[in-house]
Amino acid sequence: MTTQVQSALEALRKAVGTQSEPVTYEVEGGHIRRFAEAIGDPNPLYNDEALARRSRYGGLIAPPTFLRAFPPKSLPIPDPPFTRRLDGGSDWEYFEPVRPGDRITVVQRLADVRLREGRLGPMLFTTREITYTNQFGQVVATQRATGISY
Amino acid sequence: MGKVLYWEDVTEGQEIPPLVKHPTTQQLVKYAGASGDFYQIHYDKDFALNNGLPGVIIHGALKNAWLGQLITDWIGEYGTLKKLSCQYRGMDVPGDTITAKGRVTRKYVQDGKHYVECEIWIENGKGERTTPGSATVILPSRTNPL
Repeated sequence: MTTQVQSALEALRKAVGTQSEPVTYEVEGGHIRRFAEAIGDPNPLYNDEALARRSRYGGLIAPPTFLRAFPPKSLPIPDPPFTRRLDGGSDWEYFEPVRPGDRITVVQRLADVRLREGRLGPMLFTTREITYTNQFGQVVATQRATGISY
Repeated sequence: MGKVLYWEDVTEGQEIPPLVKHPTTQQLVKYAGASGDFYQIHYDKDFALNNGLPGVIIHGALKNAWLGQLITDWIGEYGTLKKLSCQYRGMDVPGDTITAKGRVTRKYVQDGKHYVECEIWIENGKGERTTPGSATVILPSRTNPL
């Protein structure tokens, strides 16, 4: 490991626990429909208001990964030592449905930083905990997202 | 919507009906637009090749969305998705046949709620598991009428 990578890693480790500024998005019905269409999910709960109204939800809701469209603000942390990046995976937990008209506030927190040797050389894994809160103060979902830079 | 999946009708080891996808580069562009993820490795072949990739690759989060659809299609309107996880171990490319699959690993009752845990994964056209994951759902029970 080069000293440059080492010092970047140490700086990032010190930043664990850092939180982003909150950012708030409004959920639009048309955006939910476009997102569902883009992933190829014809579920009427995402696009048929009349059917959704008669469902247990009483109206349209968003697909489980729709909140990916609401990225948090960047973390005020040092840059990773590599420029290439990949998505490593996500762990979602769901608490409330997301509906058109909701205002969702998104905050992320740096939870973990690890360096591993991968197929493409040294890879830096950073895990961020993202919390999505609606206008009623209810946490609708959390996402632990792992990013890889290499 | 339609048929109700009851907790009593699920058994450990049971397979979840697979979900087959035929992603195209056009779908990746649509997903980029809908999600706001405009990282060029998903639509710019030269950029992807310069990043050491085999060509443009499918957004991990799009595979995550298909795993979500696998579960929500299976549990229907009355099932509730509680947890959904996946790890992108292998890359997937447009033009391939991608299948989301799953199997029930555990069912239990906790605080009066009827839970089912599943292992889920994305398989490429060669049958390789590129994206393993898991899901936890709450299902209606015949003991608590809807």
